[in-house]
Amino acid sequence: MTLLNIDGLSVRFRLRDATVQAVSDHTFAVRRGELLAIVGESGCGKSVLAHALFGLLPRNAEVSGRAILDGVDLIGCGEKRLAREIRGRRLGLVPQSPATALTPVRTGRRLLAETLRAHQRDPALADSLAEQVGLDAAALGKYPFELSGGMAQRLVTALALAPDPALLIADEPTTGLDRPLVDHTLDLLRRRCDSGGTVLLITHDLAAAERVADTVAVMYASRIVEHRPAADVFTAPAHPYTCALLNALPDRAFQPIAGHPPMLTALPAGCAFAPRCTHADGACATLPAGPPVACHHPLVTEAAA
Amino acid sequence: MSLTASGIHAGYRGRRVLHDVSLTIERGETVGLRGPSGTGKSTLVRVLALLHPPDSGHVTLDEQRIRGHGHRVPASVRTRIGVLFQSPRAAADPRLSLSDLIAEPLRAVRHPREQITGRVTDLAERAGLTPDLLDRRPHAVSDGQLQRACLARALAHDPDYLLCDEATTMLDASTQAHVAAMITDQQQHTGMGVLVVSHDPALLTRWTDRIEDLNTETAR
Repeated sequence: MTLLNIDGLSVRFRLRDATVQAVSDHTFAVRRGELLAIVGESGCGKSVLAHALFGLLPRNAEVSGRAILDGVDLIGCGEKRLAREIRGRRLGLVPQSPATALTPVRTGRRLLAETLRAHQRDPALADSLAEQVGLDAAALGKYPFELSGGMAQRLVTALALAPDPALLIADEPTTGLDRPLVDHTLDLLRRRCDSGGTVLLITHDLAAAERVADTVAVMYASRIVEHRPAADVFTAPAHPYTCALLNALPDRAFQPIAGHPPMLTALPAGCAFAPRCTHADGACATLPAGPPVACHHPLVTEAAA
Repeated sequence: MSLTASGIHAGYRGRRVLHDVSLTIERGETVGLRGPSGTGKSTLVRVLALLHPPDSGHVTLDEQRIRGHGHRVPASVRTRIGVLFQSPRAAADPRLSLSDLIAEPLRAVRHPREQITGRVTDLAERAGLTPDLLDRRPHAVSDGQLQRACLARALAHDPDYLLCDEATTMLDASTQAHVAAMITDQQQHTGMGVLVVSHDPALLTRWTDRIEDLNTETAR
């Protein structure tokens, strides 16, 4: 059953002398219980997508299209409704930098209890929530500045989970954590999906996506170029960009992609990856159809069907 | 010829972080350093970079024992060691354009002005930075592009040793591979020794010649 339905979503920022095309024409659905990972290089527009769903974009942003969560259009429903019914309640966010997302004058336990109370839940749940994310009772008694990066990360995760949101968006939740903590955080997201929750994981860490995702959407220069089951993406990538990105991993070829991603202020009319692509030809001057695979010369042909 | 830390005890205001730690980086080799969060990896890098004074123990650079730290060490010694930090944002002056950023270490030692422009162009090209990026300030480039500029800056003096403190952790796979390739390329030309601090086992296995562990027994 579909929980989130995104249809023709685009985000543009108007600057004085240019327009930044941050999200271009996204159309995809997220099922209940699914863990969808959105991966891509830094600056491809991943976080803008998350912020658009939360209605947290700056004023110069122009958003078009629809994003329907459980019958409510997040784009068109207005700030009042977002604030009262959606943000934090039906839509949870694990922010990118926990250190700046916590109120410094309250202990972890008070922050959690406060959040639980605001959502008409029993504040005594604080300890069990903390236990779920792997935070012990002693750490819960500390102030945010006394916590290490890993503990702060677990606390913001517990805070996002406190209202039991239908959809949890985790924006680079593992940056700055060491491997065991990364795995712990990822496994927590996985368990949430296994017990019926739904998670949108935004990350540049391909290994993280491979570990826990059901489906993967690969984003390049504001567009989704490949959106397929995770197992297929990692074993038989269909888009040349996905293939090149995977080949850059240290346990694969460790080979960088030649050239640079295009500026989001000057996207080409056709396929944005064509200038760096070894398979490109004349056909690539027009925009390819897709996803599942937005490419004129997919490496795995049956996937493009 | 090596950069060596011997019997280092170090910490901050009475809180001991490193406890009798020794590490050697030979010229031309790539050493990996791993250990869980909070074991003092970054502190060891700061000691090796002559930025943090150890409480006891000492650092030796090419058989010469270093006294003091920071600006008390002569520039001719300090410039032998380059550092690449985890967060390029925190390590870059937001007021400088990328080309000024790369030129900063050259200007700091009064490198002849007429040579600086050419040197910056060369460094930027090797880092894969296009000329249009060089006039921009840090807020107008991505993390990956800024880290490339920081690498160009770290290599400005052709250091004999380069210390990379989680320098690719926040980068995407392609930029990480590019930064590693540029460091390896420089290493083949100048034979510099490289320290790679990371907690990514796949990266350390692929990139380094040997891996040292910093664990809770040696660090408290």
